[in-house]
Amino acid sequence: MEDIIFNKLGYPILTLTTFLPIIGALFILFLRNDALIKWVALITTIAVFIVSLPIYKHFDKTTYKMQFVESHSWIPLWDITYKVGVDGISILFIILTALLSILCVTVSWKAIQNKVKEFFISLLIMETAMIGIFVSLNLLLFYLFWELMLIPMFLLIGVWGGPNRIYAAIKFVLFTLAGSVFMLIGIIVLYYAGGKTFDILALSKVHYPLSLQAWLFLGFFAAFAVKVPMFPVHTWLPDAHTEAPTAGSVILAGILLKMGAYGFLRFSLPIFPDATRAFLVPMIILSITAIIYGAYVTLMQKDLKRLIAYSSVSHMGFVTLGIFTLNKTGLEGGILQMINHGVVTGALFLCVGIIYERTHTRVIEDYGGLSKSVPVYATFFAIFSLAAIGFPGMNAFIGEFLIISGAFKVRTIFGALSIWGVALGVTYMVWLYYRVVLNEVNPRIRHHLSDLDLREIATLTPLVILVFLIGLQPDILLSYMHTSVEHLIEQVNGSAHGQAYNFANLITQYIKEIF
Amino acid sequence: MSFLNLNFMYIKPIAPELIITCIALILMLLDLIVRRKEVIALVGIIGTTLALYLTFKVYGLAGPQTVFNGMFVLDGYSSFFKFIFYINAILTICISLKYMEIEKAAYGEYYALLLFATAGMMIIASALDLIVLYLGIELMSLSTYILVGIIRHDTKSNEAAIKYFLLGGFSSAFLLYGASLIYGLTGTTNIGAIAAFISEKGFAGNQMLLLSMALFTVAFGFKIAAAPFHMWAPDAYEGAPTSITAFMSVGPKAAGFAALGRVFMVAFSSIKVEWSTVLIPLAVLSMCIGNIVAISQTNIKRMLAYSSIAHAGYALLGVIAGTNSGLSSMMNYMFIYAFMNIGAFAVVIMLRREGFKGEDLSDYEGLAKNHPLAAALMLVFMFSLTGIPPTAGFIAKFYVFMEVIKTGHVLLAVIAVLFSVASAFFYLRVVMYMYMKEPRGEVILTTSAPICIALAVTALIVIVFGIFPSSLLDFVSLAISG
Repeated sequence: MEDIIFNKLGYPILTLTTFLPIIGALFILFLRNDALIKWVALITTIAVFIVSLPIYKHFDKTTYKMQFVESHSWIPLWDITYKVGVDGISILFIILTALLSILCVTVSWKAIQNKVKEFFISLLIMETAMIGIFVSLNLLLFYLFWELMLIPMFLLIGVWGGPNRIYAAIKFVLFTLAGSVFMLIGIIVLYYAGGKTFDILALSKVHYPLSLQAWLFLGFFAAFAVKVPMFPVHTWLPDAHTEAPTAGSVILAGILLKMGAYGFLRFSLPIFPDATRAFLVPMIILSITAIIYGAYVTLMQKDLKRLIAYSSVSHMGFVTLGIFTLNKTGLEGGILQMINHGVVTGALFLCVGIIYERTHTRVIEDYGGLSKSVPVYATFFAIFSLAAIGFPGMNAFIGEFLIISGAFKVRTIFGALSIWGVALGVTYMVWLYYRVVLNEVNPRIRHHLSDLDLREIATLTPLVILVFLIGLQPDILLSYMHTSVEHLIEQVNGSAHGQAYNFANLITQYIKEIF
Repeated sequence: MSFLNLNFMYIKPIAPELIITCIALILMLLDLIVRRKEVIALVGIIGTTLALYLTFKVYGLAGPQTVFNGMFVLDGYSSFFKFIFYINAILTICISLKYMEIEKAAYGEYYALLLFATAGMMIIASALDLIVLYLGIELMSLSTYILVGIIRHDTKSNEAAIKYFLLGGFSSAFLLYGASLIYGLTGTTNIGAIAAFISEKGFAGNQMLLLSMALFTVAFGFKIAAAPFHMWAPDAYEGAPTSITAFMSVGPKAAGFAALGRVFMVAFSSIKVEWSTVLIPLAVLSMCIGNIVAISQTNIKRMLAYSSIAHAGYALLGVIAGTNSGLSSMMNYMFIYAFMNIGAFAVVIMLRREGFKGEDLSDYEGLAKNHPLAAALMLVFMFSLTGIPPTAGFIAKFYVFMEVIKTGHVLLAVIAVLFSVASAFFYLRVVMYMYMKEPRGEVILTTSAPICIALAVTALIVIVFGIFPSSLLDFVSLAISG
């Protein structure tokens, strides 16, 4: 049975979506006028968005199979094909990437003054890399896109970032690279173990011995955990987020962090199902640690951007928790929460960036009383803060609700602990809102403030719409993933060969194999 | 074979070597008549291109051609290395022209010596006899010693030459010891005959054979600048004219690998386990010392010297794999390394101008502001040297890792990738200086047409083969099959 449906649109829609930004970047390379460069970048990102729309229209929600698949021989020596396709899990990230990229361009319109050309080229290369990751059906292709992000992101943080940008940029690259080289080794080992192929679908059909699965799981885990970031390796994130320019923060929070979680969904779960089940408890514990520890650290932040960065650690903990519940509710919640987090945290970073352009300070103490001086801004900020908390009727509520109910199904204690995380989330967000927006107007920033202009409102409005749309009609997104998630759960549980669903068994078996 | 039998059939396989040697001689004569060094350089490039064409014409055609009683062979393996040497020579000539004028050392002999060294490397690659191998190594080394010290008025250059010469002499001695032991054991210096003799007599565990292998390891380790035989490299690389640093970081290293691959894979094929056990610590040490010590360097030439030690370690992995495809991966590595390394040195050379060395890392501060193109190229080379896709440097490393993992050295591959993360730190530091710092003073680049061409070619190769490597990989696989 073939697991793919070839592209029937008559033109390579995924390739076009993926590489259109690069074409725009090449075009920008030959331009000299800064204003023109911005327009070309904007038009390119909008074009990518429009080009990607038929994917959703023609997507068949009733099948888990890969759709719009294109396959071309690329490096015959290692049987590497250029193979792309989308299923219900990856499709949503393409629209998220396309949308956030447009917003990144508009928010950088005035903020980027020097090396404008390099900035937008980097941004567009990032877009190609990000979309490329979500459509790759070949491990090496995936890895190429995965690493392709390093160069532009390094520059985005290091060139256009804040005062401590160089430290943050190098830390980002070293952390990410250190994680992903383990994945590279894992990929090569998998190539030989899986019958000399890099094809993800073919690899996920092979059953590997448990000890090999465990090692490979750990190798891939190193790469994905750094990107998510999961608890012990999250330290690059606050620095990178804080120092990056607004567009960089939005990309980091909105999409880059999702790649790790996406990696778990696409590789770890279907290819190493036994190892996934064996490592389930540690993974859930790490996730819950990230939720609670992240929330506590968020509470004590004095810097606006750093606060939101740490809140990402906590929110991404929910995502990984959802993934590793391994039940439909939790997984769908996790995927939905990835989108939600991209929208909400992206929006919060946009808000911080917009106010920073005016006041040039990120210290929370310098703020206060924004509701009086910039009421429109305060409204937007209120909406996104509520969304981040998980206010009913908004998008994050659905995601967190699904994840937590999924967690309860695994163990009651997991669900209970994650609710504690939600409570902490309310605390830090409301407190932040109180300090920044309510209160008296802080004299230190009084003179700098002007309310949002049309460009900024246009940047934030689509995200507000998404917040409510997902919040009130989550099925718009959930309907895409139902069959794919069911298939994924089948893959994870299917290879158990009648074994009981027992972590302790698998861990003891694994330990026995090691010693 | 009487002297008269030396007909064209014997000449044909060595035609490229003859051309290079003749051109080198012509250049020396031409230097007496022609004043403009550009003409000499151009003749050198044309001659090398001609040789390249001849090699290319027979490349991939069936079967090795052996001449001179099996002492010299023209096969895919040697031809592939010769491509590296040609490219190395041509690119070096391109980046030298203006630079040697600035260094006030624009001698015509410079170009002749470059070609003599190249001829030596070609002989190494084709040698099927230890004596011929030695001849090639000496021709290459002696020419390189002079080239390192060619800036006569610069004490640093002189010091580098002396150091290189003394240690190079030692390593040649080691080679000869190794060869004489092998001769004592087998009564032949022919690489193929040695292997046949050993397997026929069952000498695989012989102490003398192992000792000889160890001595060869020392000699080749010196040529490829692998730790712990790398001590000469940083000083020689730093003191030598930058163009020669580029030249010898690629040419002699590749030649060393060519010899290593041939001698170890053919002559010592019966003790593969033993020599790979010896080479593994060599590779690990090279990657470790090269990448770690490079972090503390402030002189970019010295930094690239340590980086080239580390790259020797990576290429060694391909040899350690001990298979034909492992050798291919090593050759592929050297080919890509040639382009990215010379490209990086070309940027370094452009910073040099009258009264300004431009070798300090801090000289790169803010380069992107005034010279965005040069900075962008340097960025590409630095990322390629780190091995980050989509540059060719990634493909080079990937191929090597594929081969070592295939033969079960997973741990070795893990060590290698970890050191390559460490290397990201100092390569990216150059990018960081260029892009993330403000320029201190105005940096003027010395550009000329040849250097621009060299940069364009190297950058193009590094990017194109990074994205579409399959034509290169096919090309390499021809070397082993043909």
